[in-house]
Amino acid sequence: MAEMTMAKALNLAMREAMAEDKTVMVLGQDVGKDEGVFRITEGLLKEFGPDRVIDFPVAESAIAGVSVGLCFTGFKPIAEMQFSGFGYHAFHQIENHVARFRNRTRGRYTCPMVVRMPYGAGIRAIEHHSESREAIWAHLPGLKVVIPSGPRNARALLRASIFDPDPVMFYEPKACYRAFKEEVPEEPEVMEIGKANIVRPGDDVTIISYGASMRPVLEAADELEIEHHIDAEVIDLLSLVPMDTETIVASVKKTGRVVVVHEAPKNCGPAAEIIARIVENALMFLEAPIERVTGYDLVMPFFNLEKFYIPDAHRVVTAAREVVSY
Amino acid sequence: MPRGKIELKNYVESLSILDADGNVDASLEPKLDAQELRLAFAAMLRARRYDERMLKLQRQGRIGTYGPALGQEAASLGPAFAIGKNDWLVPSFREPAAMLHRGWPMHKLMLWWGGNEFGSVVPDGVNDLPICVPVSSQCLYGAGVAWGCKIRNDGTIAVAFTGDGGTSEGDFHEAMNVAGAFKLPLIMVVQNNHWAISLPREKQSASDTIAQKALAYGFNGIQADGNDILSMIAATREAADRARKGGGPTLIEAVTYRLGVHTTADDPKKYRTEEEVECWRAKDPLIRFWTYLLAKKVMDEKARELLEEEINNEITAAVERTEAYEPDVLEPFRHSFATMPPHLEEQMMQFQAYLESIGAHPGRASNDKIETARGIH
Ligand SMILES: Cc1ncc(C[n+]2csc(CCOP(=O)(O)OP(=O)(O)O)c2C)c(N)n1
Ligand SMILES: [Mg+2]
Repeated sequence: MAEMTMAKALNLAMREAMAEDKTVMVLGQDVGKDEGVFRITEGLLKEFGPDRVIDFPVAESAIAGVSVGLCFTGFKPIAEMQFSGFGYHAFHQIENHVARFRNRTRGRYTCPMVVRMPYGAGIRAIEHHSESREAIWAHLPGLKVVIPSGPRNARALLRASIFDPDPVMFYEPKACYRAFKEEVPEEPEVMEIGKANIVRPGDDVTIISYGASMRPVLEAADELEIEHHIDAEVIDLLSLVPMDTETIVASVKKTGRVVVVHEAPKNCGPAAEIIARIVENALMFLEAPIERVTGYDLVMPFFNLEKFYIPDAHRVVTAAREVVSY
Repeated sequence: MPRGKIELKNYVESLSILDADGNVDASLEPKLDAQELRLAFAAMLRARRYDERMLKLQRQGRIGTYGPALGQEAASLGPAFAIGKNDWLVPSFREPAAMLHRGWPMHKLMLWWGGNEFGSVVPDGVNDLPICVPVSSQCLYGAGVAWGCKIRNDGTIAVAFTGDGGTSEGDFHEAMNVAGAFKLPLIMVVQNNHWAISLPREKQSASDTIAQKALAYGFNGIQADGNDILSMIAATREAADRARKGGGPTLIEAVTYRLGVHTTADDPKKYRTEEEVECWRAKDPLIRFWTYLLAKKVMDEKARELLEEEINNEITAAVERTEAYEPDVLEPFRHSFATMPPHLEEQMMQFQAYLESIGAHPGRASNDKIETARGIH
């Protein structure tokens, strides 16, 4: 076991996969010599050379599109978008090719690639560097959408994503890259994509979240217990597609009360899908209307105001208390 | 048909008027009177001192990440200097010299880098677009603006900026193609500062020059010495003239160098040598232009001192104004649509309640807030 940050854990997952499997490649802007603007690809160029770690021109559509072709010729590309805010350039390649090739060729051609991108607010970055738009990718049939929340699950899920036979959009909460450390096992670890994690068992209310929002959620859960004697069950989804309906539903059947939390905007956000599944599968178990604590339906404000606009523990506590006291 | 060489009607040129030592090719000198020369120098010096202060403010934690344009003052000022007030300037993010010259108050640029939307509010009377972060995306609306100029037939043109890295984006090529196909009055300026974060120019593209990319789209390209303000003004004047006469677009490759960090979050030691930077320091656009002005007796040390003081005062006042700015926390809601739809009204009320519960002061007004509102409506 070694203590490490999420940045190091992601790096470790790539290093392990590249050492084991010569078809794994890394492509992205500044991923080689510069070792990534967040240093996630530290040491990879030195260890695996310029044929496998590619410093790419400033062209996101090309990073995604070229990766598709590499897949056809037997490679497993890990494509990095420097920020999720620039991943939209690759949208067309991802929707029209990455997500569809398996289906339209009936499995003759597939895209076992990972598209990694840092997302989310909280690091006082300039415009276009703070959005949470995971719902966009979750809406596209044919893609898996994985979002880790800490060093250990980041490493295990990235490994699973690299070796997954299908394309995975891997959203990395950049505010968590270096925010805290966790014990990570010596041996490579894999987590099944599509399985949620009950991070904190509880009986009074289910709080469902993922990624960067897990930190305020866990803070809120502590506050709920200590200040308000509310025992929250916290679910970390870890993957939006596939989504672990079973774990969600089982918890809701137990607590009857739900709060869903994410940084992404509210309108057609992941919470809407989560709640729809609850309504489809556990409507009669609900004892209160479900609350959503999300980003507002606004362009992400510039960073001077961002702290007010990111869902915090206070908003989660308020929502949970309302749901519990209904 | 036999095999043969295809002659293209368009061509690529290079242009250098004032070299690094301050020697000038008098036959190529653009017409600039003493006052214009002083103005150009003042604008470059202003941008340099602004950058230096911004780097300090960043280190002190008074603004966010900053991307300086040290060494690129001539490349970005030249085109702005050579066009008219009614023409359009479409910047990327490394053109403070151009923006300040066009009339952007300094504190606005400071506010942008300090994380305030007010920094994107184009000042009244300025035909510019705000700073644009997604690389080369501005090239396309630049082409759209040029198209509008052409349809309105009012003699105005557009100048769009991008970088060497920006030439790899599809948006750049689509803009170039549209500009060529529709003969738009667009000047595309590529600040080739040799680096796109850690990727050197030669790895960005196998083209010998960036200027030659114009040929593929059916118009002329010119590779100008981007550290020579005279070359940049001359190249832009010619291109502007052609555009106004219906001759279509021009690509200007401004060969320059990013003397500083990509942004304050970047460590260039990881990917380039100090020797390379030193070599370019000797080609500093300000040094050669100053030598030229001294030789021309357009300015002297005394005038320089006065100018430095004036700029210093302006920067200090801009910093004060920036730091006195109190954003209205609710403002993002007010500017989402012309009329706030019900779902946002509801969210704003919830947000207000949240602000009250955490003891924040929503909706505190400041003078700049009133300016913001005026700028938008
Ligand atoms: C579409 C897009 N992709 C990536 C980025 C991140 N990024 C910011 S600047 C930059 C390099 C741009 O290089 P260049 O065009 O040469 O401009 P320079 O920074 O040298 O002025 C990159 C990759 C971005 N802002 N937009
Ligand atoms: Mg560059």
